[in-house]
Amino acid sequence: MSLRRTLAVAGRVLAQVRRDHRTLVMLVVLPTLLMSLLWWMYEDSPAPIFDRIGPALLAIFPFIVMFLVTSVTTLRERSSGTLERLLAMPLGKGDFLLGYALAFGLLAAVQSGVAVAVSVGLLGLEITGSVGLLVVVAIVDAVLGTALGLLVSAFAATEFQAVQFMPAIVVPQILLCGLLVPRDSLPGVLEAISDVLPLSYAVDAMTHLVTTTDTGEVWTDLAVVAGFVVAGLALGSATLRRRTP
Amino acid sequence: MNNVVEVSGLRVVRGKREVLHDLDFSIRAGELTGLLGPSGCGKTTLMRALVGVQAKVTGSLTVHGEPAGSASLRSRIGYVTQASSVYDDLTVTENLRFFAKVLGAPASSVTSAIETVDLASHADQVVRDLSGGQRSRVSLAAALLGSPSLLVLDEPTVGLDPVLREQLWGTFRTLAEAGAGVIVSSHVMDEADRCDRLLLMREGAILADGSPSEIKQKANAEDIEHAFLTLVKEAAR
Repeated sequence: MSLRRTLAVAGRVLAQVRRDHRTLVMLVVLPTLLMSLLWWMYEDSPAPIFDRIGPALLAIFPFIVMFLVTSVTTLRERSSGTLERLLAMPLGKGDFLLGYALAFGLLAAVQSGVAVAVSVGLLGLEITGSVGLLVVVAIVDAVLGTALGLLVSAFAATEFQAVQFMPAIVVPQILLCGLLVPRDSLPGVLEAISDVLPLSYAVDAMTHLVTTTDTGEVWTDLAVVAGFVVAGLALGSATLRRRTP
Repeated sequence: MNNVVEVSGLRVVRGKREVLHDLDFSIRAGELTGLLGPSGCGKTTLMRALVGVQAKVTGSLTVHGEPAGSASLRSRIGYVTQASSVYDDLTVTENLRFFAKVLGAPASSVTSAIETVDLASHADQVVRDLSGGQRSRVSLAAALLGSPSLLVLDEPTVGLDPVLREQLWGTFRTLAEAGAGVIVSSHVMDEADRCDRLLLMREGAILADGSPSEIKQKANAEDIEHAFLTLVKEAAR
């Protein structure tokens, strides 16, 4: 592992994204547009539904986007032969994975920053806790998407397969994270499953930030999500093989 | 002359099939070695084994006296895969700057690598917009960064125009003369005479190992293509 190489990978990934203007615009703007759509849907609703589900979606959107972008990009790197070239060079697997995590984490920071600013500033999303911490949680969620995307790309042979991992890995987490049914009202088995899914903690953290100024629980949730990120990157690194058949 | 690569009893299994059978040979520094054989004979697998990215390799395979694939060898081997493994959405210079950073090669090596493969006028073009031949030259330039002492080039001249092919063989020659071990694969037999030494391969085995003239003499043939045919018939007997 070396900082120089990690930064080289991150810089290269960012240079690629910068050249792809359409992707760049979509990365920055889409979550914000979706939040605005949600706000509009509930504009005439008497119940504060936007305030209830808005925070959860601030956690979910960056997670989904980064999961998809990362799994497809890494797969492309595997199939184009550039990964083989890099692994024949003095590049640590950790350099490769952290470089990606860093680049996409940075993009996630911009994406979440814009989404949170618009949601709180323009759409009037009520946040009791710290807005800064809300951005931090959103970034960690995005990095979680990156880590899981890196991991599943190892199990996908084609881009079609990589995209199918979205309904397989992401959608169940969205269903069980407490957005549709509060987690403690789920059937016992499903509640137990939701307890071991990272997105549940990400959404919990967001919900705490909205309802209370007490940050203790937020940090615990954040630590759990960060743990999943580290585990995902470690497993992803184990699936990167220098020698392939 | 000292051996850069020493191979003995090399076997490689892919899936359930053994694709390289008990190979023995060496590659010397300062020599341009051609690895010739038909498509599918195991050239790429052999090169991947030399670089250390091939799984299920048995037997002895050393580069600079260390087992192939050792971490210390990774900055000393330049490897060009058959498909041009560079980033389509970056410019030529951006690609090479990135690989130079990974290798720890000086920034100046980027300019000289671009000049060597004759792409200076395309340096700021995005790789996607280049022709197939230009793209494979970018891939070659990436392998030249950091002055490697062993160059493993998998069909680097396929599909290139004759003038450029001539130039590149000149480049390989220069690199060999500067002291590097250079191994170049090709399925085009007429490239044989450009090499100091040939390894003729067929179906995962080495059919002949020697200078082009030695091989032609041995098979009593006028060119390598005929020598190859004669040797195949002899082996079948």
